[in-house]
Amino acid sequence: MRPLRLSFVTAATTVAALTAVTGCTEKSSAGADGVIAVTATDTKCEVSKKEFPAGHVELDIENKGSKVTEVYLLFPDDRVVTERENIGPGTKQKVTAEVKAGDYRIACKPGMKGDGIRQDVTATGSGKVAKRDPRLDEAVASYRKYVQTQADETIPLVKVFADAVKDGDVEAAKKAYAPSRIGWERTEPVAESFGDIDPKVDVREDGLEEGQDPEKDWTGWHRLERSLWKDGKLTDRDSELADQLVKDLVDWQKRVGKAEITPTSMANGAKELLDEVATGKVTGEEERYSHTDLVDFKANVEGAEESYKLLKAVAAENDPELTKELDKQFTALNTLLDKYRADKTGYDFVSYDKVGEAEQNKLSDAVNALAEPLSQLAAAVVK
Amino acid sequence: MTDTTENTTDSADGATGGDTAATDTPSTGTAGTGAPAGDGSRAPSRRALIGWGGAGLALGAAVAGGAVAVARPGEDTGDTVTAAGGPIAFHGTHQAGIATPVQDRLHFAAFDVETDDREAFVAMLKDWTEAARRMTAGKAVGDGAYGGLAEAPPDDTGEALGLKPSRLTLTLGFGPSLFERFGLAKQRPEALVDLPQFAGDNLDRARSGGDLCVQACADDPQVAVHAIRNLARIGFGKVSVRWSQLGFGKTSSTTPEAQTPRNLMGFKDGTRNIAGTETARLKKHVWVDEKDGPSWMAGGSYLVARRIRMHIEPWDRTSLQEQEDIFGRDKGEGAPVGKAKERDKPFLKAMKPDAHVRLAHPDSNDGATILRRGYSFTDGTDGLGRLDAGLFFLAYQRDVRKGFIPIQRNLATDALNEYIQHVGSAIFAVPPGVRDADDWWGRALFSSTTEG
Repeated sequence: MRPLRLSFVTAATTVAALTAVTGCTEKSSAGADGVIAVTATDTKCEVSKKEFPAGHVELDIENKGSKVTEVYLLFPDDRVVTERENIGPGTKQKVTAEVKAGDYRIACKPGMKGDGIRQDVTATGSGKVAKRDPRLDEAVASYRKYVQTQADETIPLVKVFADAVKDGDVEAAKKAYAPSRIGWERTEPVAESFGDIDPKVDVREDGLEEGQDPEKDWTGWHRLERSLWKDGKLTDRDSELADQLVKDLVDWQKRVGKAEITPTSMANGAKELLDEVATGKVTGEEERYSHTDLVDFKANVEGAEESYKLLKAVAAENDPELTKELDKQFTALNTLLDKYRADKTGYDFVSYDKVGEAEQNKLSDAVNALAEPLSQLAAAVVK
Repeated sequence: MTDTTENTTDSADGATGGDTAATDTPSTGTAGTGAPAGDGSRAPSRRALIGWGGAGLALGAAVAGGAVAVARPGEDTGDTVTAAGGPIAFHGTHQAGIATPVQDRLHFAAFDVETDDREAFVAMLKDWTEAARRMTAGKAVGDGAYGGLAEAPPDDTGEALGLKPSRLTLTLGFGPSLFERFGLAKQRPEALVDLPQFAGDNLDRARSGGDLCVQACADDPQVAVHAIRNLARIGFGKVSVRWSQLGFGKTSSTTPEAQTPRNLMGFKDGTRNIAGTETARLKKHVWVDEKDGPSWMAGGSYLVARRIRMHIEPWDRTSLQEQEDIFGRDKGEGAPVGKAKERDKPFLKAMKPDAHVRLAHPDSNDGATILRRGYSFTDGTDGLGRLDAGLFFLAYQRDVRKGFIPIQRNLATDALNEYIQHVGSAIFAVPPGVRDADDWWGRALFSSTTEG
C-alpha cells in the first residue's frame, strides 16, 4: 500500500550481502574439507560431517530413497542459504554456497513436503557471527511459518473472490472482498518487501504514479473495490483484473518464504502495521468505497500481535515494564475493536462510514497508545 | 472581549505615577520576577549559544528590550542572557510562563486523560516534569535525538537541535473534568468553576475544555512546537491531545517598558497589563493565596483560555472613526479617547457607553483585574475566503469569579461584539511552581489525596 519499507529485505538482496552467492556454479571447487556428503533417504538425512570450515562449501547429495526429495542448507532461523529441489530417487546433485562461520542446518525433505529431516552443522573459523539467543531464532522460524501460512490460506479466499467477480456476481464478490485481504493485511510489511507485488495488488488510485492511467494501469484489490462499490457493475476488464490478482498473489505465496526476517524486522514490522492503521485505516482512506477498513484494521493488529507474542519472552527479560504496557494496550485496542463486531470470532465489522468522528478519535487514541510503546520493542529485543 | 484586559488599567496605575507611569519605571526589568534565569548555574546548553560573546548578548538584549533597555544596557546580566534567547528557570515558587515577560510565540495544547490508572498518570506527570526541565534548559528529551540504539526511535524528536532555549516556558494546568477522576473530587478548588454561557458564545466542543493543558511559550515557534510534540508523545496511552492552538504574535506585554503589541484589528489592547515586576499586583490579582484554599493551589493561578474569532474582513471595511469609537482609543498611538499616550489614564466618560475600553476597565468592574497573555492566531482560511483568525485569549487570575467572569459579563454590550465571536473556551487550575529537581508537576495535589 505504501512505498517500500526496509524492515524486511527480500532474499535476493540478503543472500548476496550476507553469505555471498549460492548455487551450483562451480566457482572454485571446495577443498576436501568443504565437501559434505549428504545421503537422503525416505526417513533419514545423513551428513558426512557436522563441522566444516567457513568459506566455500559443497553439498554432494545422493537420494537413496524412493521419493523425490529436496535438500536445504538453512540458517538457524530457517532462512534458506541454498537449496536444491526435485532430486529424483537414485540421482545425485551438487549445490554450493559461500558461508560465514556459524551454526546452520541441513534439511532433507522426502516428498518435498513439511519441515524435513534436519541435521545441525557448524561452519568453523574466525570472525564467527555472534550467536543469537536461540529463542529469537525460534521466534523468527515461527514467524516465517506464520507468514507462509497466511499466504497459503489467502490464495483460496482470493480465488473465491475472483470467481465471483468473473461470474459477474456483484453481491457475492462484495462479500468475498474483505476476507480475501486478511492474510495480506496481517503480514503486509513482509509482503511489501517484495517491491513489485504491492503496487500490483494493493495500490489505491491515489497511489498510482504519474503517467499511469487508472483505467489501464490500475490493478489489484482496490481497483475491483471501486468497480463493486462505486461503479456497481462488473465488466470484462474486471474479469481480467481478477485473474491478474490471483496470479500476482500466487507469486507472493511462492516468494514470501524467502524474505529475510530478523527479530528486529519482526518488531519493526509490528510497529509498521500500526502505522498502516494510523495513516490508512483510522482515516477511512484504505477502503474508501467498501468501508471495510475495520477488517484491515483488525488484521493489521493481529499481525502485529503475532510478532509481539513470539518476541515477548526475550523482550520481557530485557524490559518487563514495556511488555506489561504492550499487553495492556493490545488488550485495550482489541477490546475497543470488539465493540464493532457482533461475533467476536468473525470478521463482520461495522462499516466504517457508520463510525462517528468521536469514535474514530477513540480508535486513533488507542492506536497511538499501542504504537508508541511498540516502537520500543525492537530495542528491547536486541538489548 | 478581545481585550478583557483593558481592565488591567486598575488603580495601581495611578500609584505608579499617572500619565507616564509605565515608561518611568522600566528597568527593574524582569529581574525580580523569578522567571528569568538569573542564576549563572543554568548555562544555556544548546550549541548555538556557545561562542556568543558578552557584547553580542548585550546587543541582543537591547534589540529585544526596545528603547528603554537600550538606555540602560547591561544592567542585569542574567536578564540579557535571557533576552538573547537563553533559558528561563523552570524551578520556582510559581510556574514560569505567567509573570515571565511574554515570549513571541505560543503552542497551547489541551489534553484528555485516557487512563484509569492513577499510578500511570502520576508517572506521566513525573516524566513530563523531567522532560520540561530539560527542554526549558535547552536540552533534548531523555537520551537525545541521536546517538542512541539504532533499533529504537530516538527519545527526542530532534527539531530543536541547534536552536537556542528561546526562553521556553511550559505551564501546566488541570481542568475541571480532571477532578472527576482518580479520586480527586474533594480537591477541586471552589474557584475552578465551570464557566457560564456568556452572551454571544458560539463554542465548538472540539475546541473547548480538557482535563489538562500545557502552555508552551518561546521566542522561536519551533521550540514551542517541539515541546508540545514531545510531551504529547510521552503522554500517548495516558493522555491524548484534545485540541491545540498555535499563536504567532503576542498581544500583550508583561514588561512595562515595552510598547503594547497590536492585535489583528490593528489596535493596542491591555496597555496597563500587570507587569512581571509588580509583585503587589501579582499577589493581589494573580497568585492564589494560602488562605484561598485548597492548600495544593497556594502559589498557583487560574487560567481562562478563549479562542476569539475576529470577523476580519467586515472590520477592515469599518471606518477609522468607528473603529476608534469601538475601542475607545486612537489607532495610531493607542491613547484613550482625549489623551495623548497609550498608557495615559483613560477618562471613561469621554468614551461611548459601549466602547470596549470603557466596559473592560477595572473601574467598570469593581476593580476586577487579570493578567493577559494572549496571542494572535491565523489558522489559514475558512473555505469562504475569510481568514480564520483572531485572538487566542489567555488570562491568569487569582479567582475567575472575581476576574474573567464579571468582566466578560460586563462586555455583553461591547460594541466590539459585532466583529468577534468566542468559539472556544477552557478553564484550568494552574498549580504552583515545581520547586526543585525532586519536585514534579501536581505533586501537592496527588500527595494530598489517595485513590478512592
